[in-house]
Amino acid sequence: MHRASVHIYGWLLLLPAAVLLAAFTHYPAIATLVHSLYSTPRGNRPERYVGLDHFADMLEDPIFWQSFHNNIIFALGTIPASIALALLMALWVNGKIAGRGALRMSYFTPTVLPMIAVANIWLFFYTPDYGLLDQFLKPLTGTAHNWLGTRSTALGALMAVTVWKEAGFFMIFYLAALQQIPPNLIEAAALEGADRVTIFRRVTFPLLMPTTLFVLVNAVINSFRLVDHVVVMTRGGPDNATSLLLFYIYQVAFRYLDTGYGAALTVVLLAILAVLALGQFFTLDRRVHYR
Amino acid sequence: MSRLLKHALGQAMLMAALALTPLPAKAVTELQFYYPVSIGGPITKLIDALAADFEKANPDIKVKPIYSGSYADTITKVLTAIKGGDAPQLSVILSTDMFTLIDEDAIVPFDDIAKSAEDKAWINGFFPAFMANSQTGGKTWGIPFQRSTIVMYWNKDAFKAAGLDPEKAPATWAELADYAAKLTKRDAAGNVTQWGLEIPSSGFTYWLFQGLASENNGVLANPAGTETYFDKPEVIGALQYWMDLVQKHKVHPPGIVEWGTTPKDFFERKTAIIWTTTGNLTNVKTNASFPFGVGMLPAEKRRGSPTGGGNFYVFKKSTPAQQAAALTFIKWVTQPERAAQWGIDTGYVAVRPEAWDTPALKAYVASFPPAAVARDQLQYAVAEFATHDNQRVMQLFSDNLQAALTGTKTAEQAMKDAQRDAERILKAFR
Repeated sequence: MHRASVHIYGWLLLLPAAVLLAAFTHYPAIATLVHSLYSTPRGNRPERYVGLDHFADMLEDPIFWQSFHNNIIFALGTIPASIALALLMALWVNGKIAGRGALRMSYFTPTVLPMIAVANIWLFFYTPDYGLLDQFLKPLTGTAHNWLGTRSTALGALMAVTVWKEAGFFMIFYLAALQQIPPNLIEAAALEGADRVTIFRRVTFPLLMPTTLFVLVNAVINSFRLVDHVVVMTRGGPDNATSLLLFYIYQVAFRYLDTGYGAALTVVLLAILAVLALGQFFTLDRRVHYR
Repeated sequence: MSRLLKHALGQAMLMAALALTPLPAKAVTELQFYYPVSIGGPITKLIDALAADFEKANPDIKVKPIYSGSYADTITKVLTAIKGGDAPQLSVILSTDMFTLIDEDAIVPFDDIAKSAEDKAWINGFFPAFMANSQTGGKTWGIPFQRSTIVMYWNKDAFKAAGLDPEKAPATWAELADYAAKLTKRDAAGNVTQWGLEIPSSGFTYWLFQGLASENNGVLANPAGTETYFDKPEVIGALQYWMDLVQKHKVHPPGIVEWGTTPKDFFERKTAIIWTTTGNLTNVKTNASFPFGVGMLPAEKRRGSPTGGGNFYVFKKSTPAQQAAALTFIKWVTQPERAAQWGIDTGYVAVRPEAWDTPALKAYVASFPPAAVARDQLQYAVAEFATHDNQRVMQLFSDNLQAALTGTKTAEQAMKDAQRDAERILKAFR
């Protein structure tokens, strides 16, 4: 074959993936960036160039800051908890225990259930007085709790649902990674007289670091991407106490139909995610591999 | 030319000729119809049955009902579909979204498609209270369909147990607070086992609040939808009363009361009185295991309740034939007999006075008098709060109401903040 035709052949093989990537990732991102510089077209009023006005507005938008603040708390609250829980569950169901298959399945179930349906069920868990939670707690504490209707507990209640959902998903990765660890490493450590905690700390966990990085990147993205529970359970209320960035974007872009400002908010979210992902790769990637 | 090619060419010409021949059968007009559900009960089944019945009577029109979530979801889906070029031809959307739909240039006024004298008479035959949110600038933009007002439901057993007359609803704010105090039950440790009253504060916060505000002579917005009056003393006073029920009298649960679980709270005897849409009447009738009463909202300076619910709208991006077909469907659905049956099946208020004269609805009211409460309340009803950029103004208003109800702002502070923010948004529309 000619050199040129080899090139064409190669590019043709790449084409389907490249088209999909461009159409669903690159084009929307660039289009969003462009839209964020224009006002929202309304009825007979066409869009016009406004430069960075949307971003200036954002600095003075209390709901944006509230959502930003909520999202940081949400990320800090859910990411470590769900990863730790996932690891714990994976270690447990990796062992030789009775009913292992059923246990693995029940841990994984939250991941495959439709989240809207699940959020509706949790809505009734949290219902004051006769909700599942209060059925247990009321005899102990004596009072009914309005988990989703009180500013101080609403975000925490949403975080609990997220941890419950994410942990099962991450467990699968940890489980797969655990099964990749050669048993002779563990056996060698045991022969050296290391106890179980030391084996985990010095052998197992370091070998799981690449998986942890992968899970961490996913967890960070998910924590900024969450919108379905918020829509069903609180609609961002009470008084924006549970409004997260993506929920706010949804509200601005689709409920208020302010697509220009929505695009600007999206650009900010994209920038946050890009910085976080790059940071994770450049600072953590060097340290995760066992040498 | 090779034989094969000639053959292929011949085939292609034949196909083209076939495609160009007009179909002899009568053209069928297809309509996509988005509808929301925001009350309990088998609404999707009822709508599907309506569409099927309609198609039987009008074989040249096909109606495809598409369930589109809540009211908020529906307008989102419709406007997104319009921008994407795949708009439905008709939809039920909140009457209060009229301004938004006009501003988006999405709908056609009914004056453009319903021109005959008979059509005009039909438009004039709806309850005027419902038309207040359907007409602006001298044009009719929406046709009332699943319309409602807020009513009060009470548990007669609980009233008896508290020594109150089970047949008499509290008629004033003072009476309501007094009744609710008697109905609130606490156990030995002082924890509430039954609340006196629940007014939901999620989902439609502004709507329930408008009930209170109108009873205090408060007006929230002007009819043109360009000005709001949140910081007027009547409005602040109404919010103070709601907060007092929670914080001072302690007869209403603290925090946010979910719109969706309020009827369930009532069935579970967790609360003795609830305020919710009359659209929940059939749901309550089916699920309450105790005798219950339905009454108008109580009065402070006067009685009052906003109307609520959805109207039919016809979208601009449809052919004249589709617009005519949509009109035929809407007229068919709002016929007295049909409107009456819809009211019986759901609890929504039958939208035309004529419907209340049909034998079916007369017999239903005779056997179940609460069905007439919402209609009787219409004489005191006010137009539901609606402005330009409605979703946004509504949201900031509801946010501030929730801030007050959860104790982060005073009534005055909350309403002043809401007024300031609404000013900023509405300036562009004056």
